[in-house]
Amino acid sequence: MIKTDIVIIGAGPVGLFAVFEAGLMKLHCHLIDAIPQAGGQLSEIYPKKPIYDIPGYPTILAGELVDNLMEQAAPFKPGFTLGERAETIDELPNGNFVVTTSQGTKHEAPVVMIAGGLGSFEPRKPIIENLSDFEQNGVNYIVKDPDQYQGKEMVISGGGDSALDWAVYFAEKNGFVHLIHRSDRFRAHKDSVAKAYKLEEQGKLKLYTFAEVKQLEGKQQLEKVILETKDGIVPIDTALWFPLFGLSPKLGPIADWGLEIEKNAIVVDTFDYQTNRSGVFAIGDVNTYPGKLKLILCGFHEATLAVQSAYKRINPDKKFTLKYTTVQGVQGFD
Amino acid sequence: MSDINITVIDREGVSHKLIAPTDMNMNLMEVCKSYDLPVEGVCGGMAMCASCQVYVHTDKHFGERNDDEEAMLDEAYHVKSNSRLGCQIPISTEMEGAEFELAPEES
Ligand SMILES: Cc1cc2nc3c(=O)[nH]c(=O)nc-3n(C[C@H](O)[C@H](O)[C@H](O)COP(=O)(O)OP(=O)(O)OC[C@H]3O[C@@H](n4cnc5c(N)ncnc54)[C@H](O)[C@@H]3O)c2cc1C
Ligand code: FES
Repeated sequence: MIKTDIVIIGAGPVGLFAVFEAGLMKLHCHLIDAIPQAGGQLSEIYPKKPIYDIPGYPTILAGELVDNLMEQAAPFKPGFTLGERAETIDELPNGNFVVTTSQGTKHEAPVVMIAGGLGSFEPRKPIIENLSDFEQNGVNYIVKDPDQYQGKEMVISGGGDSALDWAVYFAEKNGFVHLIHRSDRFRAHKDSVAKAYKLEEQGKLKLYTFAEVKQLEGKQQLEKVILETKDGIVPIDTALWFPLFGLSPKLGPIADWGLEIEKNAIVVDTFDYQTNRSGVFAIGDVNTYPGKLKLILCGFHEATLAVQSAYKRINPDKKFTLKYTTVQGVQGFD
Repeated sequence: MSDINITVIDREGVSHKLIAPTDMNMNLMEVCKSYDLPVEGVCGGMAMCASCQVYVHTDKHFGERNDDEEAMLDEAYHVKSNSRLGCQIPISTEMEGAEFELAPEES
């Protein structure tokens, strides 16, 4: 059991900033996210796009903002459970909560903050009849721990950034990869596409355009993918297929946690962004209240206020006054 | 004032008459959202999610698909020849009387 002061569900910008604010009040945090990297929508949807409305930054790339938030939170040594979805929030007799993930990892804390954004990122799955038979046996929708695929032959499908970036990565690392795409236009950044064509010239990447994986074969483990191409059917022997068609957020289990939900968001009290379950807060895009705006800057404000209330819940008898960071500096945890 | 009237058929087949302003720099996805129609617009209108896909029932095209839009539709599901991304159709007077249908949600 992982024990901490605040379990934060969602490692987007708002969850990350909550770690910093909590740290200033000497509270430890542990973040859970369904995707293998921190940053939420900024990392998953628009890492290379500029944001213009972060106070003090006339312009900053979304990916850079995430890096900065990670750096800002680092002194407070947050824990991470990544690539696992929070499934349940149970209450113990002592009033603490236990948050359990899809992989069964348990986290105990007196306070839970849901910073789940638009929901947990779930893969967009291709429509193939026996797809689910191979989901644990060769078909993967995200690349988690790339080292485990070292030297392995694989097929990647998709035309967006994640498909191209991983195809380039594995072509360079393993020396060979198959990349399949439905057309010859790519959503991915031009640089990645250019790299992929270059690797093809070098014989490290085999690109199939106007092609689609239509069938999967194998006894239990995936053994073969069958492509439909403009020149006919092409079978490829492989034990690994990554359909990387992007992830889209789904509210998912959040809807089953006994919280008041309105228009796919959690209703909170704007006093401290607490939900109808005492000790469970909701901050950032995932919450709603009169006048709510789904903006990063609003999420930062919400995180700051929610942490104050969390502190009082955790330390009911301790006095605390607001101190400026300029005055006290940032005293990280050992 | 330069409002226009359009019709949007939702996924249950119900048709909605919408009045859209042409002077607010809005696109069709945003107009649907402002009427609380079930259009998610996950990517905020950057042609990166296809959650705003519509079928254009009117003969007019309101501009051609742009490159980003084509690339996204290549990876979307339920795409037909009259598919467009709502976020890539700016509201204009040419759209007066036009009819659109929301494409099915992806699984
Ligand atoms: C294309 C685009 C452009 C944008 N531009 C701007 C802009 O210019 N300015 C601005 O202020 N905002 C902008 N936004 C909005 C901004 O990205 C969001 O307000 C912000 O990401 C919200 O942060 P968050 O931390 O609340 O949630 P998110 O960033 O959505 O992160 C939530 C995280 O929680 C995880 N999660 C959810 N449920 C679970 C669960 N059950 N278990 C585990 N993990 C879970 C998700 O996987 C996700 O990683 C933009 C959004 C998009 C899509
Ligand atoms: S809103 Fe995402 S593609 Fe239109």
